[in-house]
Amino acid sequence: MSTARAASIVLAKELRLELRTRELLSATLVFALIVIVMFSYAFDPTPAESRRYGPGLLWIAFLFAGSLMLHPSFAREHAGETMDALRLAPISSFAILLGKMAANFIFLAAAEVILVPVFSVLYDVPLAGILGRLILVLALGTLGLIIAGTVFAAISAHSRMRELMLPLLLLPVLAPLLVAAVQATRALLADPPSLDQAWVVFLAAFDVIFITASWLVCDFLLEE
Amino acid sequence: MKLRIPATIVVAGMMMFAGYAALFIAPDEVTMHAIQRIFYFHVPSWSASFTAFFISFVASVAYLSSKRDQWDWLAVSAAEVGVIACTIGLVTGPLWAKPVWGVWWTWDARLTTTFILWLLYISYLLLRGLIEEPGRRARLAAVFGVFAFLDVPLVYVSNRLWRTQHPAPVMFGGQGSGLDPTMGKVLGFCIGSVMCLMVFILVDRYRLESLRHELDELRQEAETRSIDAQNAPSGVPGAS
Repeated sequence: MSTARAASIVLAKELRLELRTRELLSATLVFALIVIVMFSYAFDPTPAESRRYGPGLLWIAFLFAGSLMLHPSFAREHAGETMDALRLAPISSFAILLGKMAANFIFLAAAEVILVPVFSVLYDVPLAGILGRLILVLALGTLGLIIAGTVFAAISAHSRMRELMLPLLLLPVLAPLLVAAVQATRALLADPPSLDQAWVVFLAAFDVIFITASWLVCDFLLEE
Repeated sequence: MKLRIPATIVVAGMMMFAGYAALFIAPDEVTMHAIQRIFYFHVPSWSASFTAFFISFVASVAYLSSKRDQWDWLAVSAAEVGVIACTIGLVTGPLWAKPVWGVWWTWDARLTTTFILWLLYISYLLLRGLIEEPGRRARLAAVFGVFAFLDVPLVYVSNRLWRTQHPAPVMFGGQGSGLDPTMGKVLGFCIGSVMCLMVFILVDRYRLESLRHELDELRQEAETRSIDAQNAPSGVPGAS
């Protein structure tokens, strides 16, 4: 079976599991929403300030939500002792990882599809006219977050205090991604909006480097 | 093992001379005067910590490809020594910066990169402490070690890109371009001494890790023996 086909089966399994309860998606969404609302309490920003600090707020919310959301991705398998079954399947470990990454990407992207318009309304940041470019930046940033996050979720699933361990491992590694994503988003929200190519290339490079590294280490990652 | 005592004496002697050279041999810096002398320990602590982190990365890769425990011991020892050297750099930096730049800290590319590097390796050590089973700990820590090290150039490039787009007050520069020859010699000697100290501590830490491993094995063996003894029928020697 090809890796792509195996990965899509793992993806289908993850989606089916999530659609049964929808607990991961709803919890992530509400958490990120709370972060966004708390920002207003903490800083009471004017519309100009929102445009300046909003991108940082959005990405911090995504990073925090992601670092909490990714934890069940592997912890759930260990709790149900289904990881062994998954490993016994005649598919490569990269396919398992890839399927999980795709599922996590869809979950976080779905949350973002709701959160970004809400942010735009609450902080009076117009998005019309930059939507296509914004989607590009969001997709590249979210992809990097998910690639590193899924790998680290597999690592932290084996440690004690795993809920705390995942953000601890993930957030420092994502520091360069945060800078790039925030700067690219800020350039889009500026007047006049512009797509900062240097940062977009940086985000793409981040994604490529980390997916390559995950491909190289995936056998060690999922080995028992 | 016989090398240990002479090595201790040599490294201690080098460090003492490095301290003397930094304080009395190196010429006075024109604008910063005595404060600048922290430079002779600040820069070496960086070279020591980056070297140690690099050793840790290489050892992690070697562990993953060979699965030999020795590489894992080296990886954790180097990471620990690197964190200590990095902490010294992070403490001496602000001490120097406050009187010269007027601020303790600035979010310059180099400083930010080092801070993130420090956080990454602290997380690495924390992770190791929280995974019980030794084989799994070594394997997963090595994977994280590889990712953490790959992240370092990205952190640096991102900060460089960021700060050049939004120029901050220029803090670095001057230094290094026109270093007085005596200063250069003293700095070279200090880097050499601190590197020797780093290697010395690293070797010792590695030995500690291998002893720990040995102790674990002995303990396990003792446990199996006592279980065997309990299960053995009475009258058999060793079943008391």
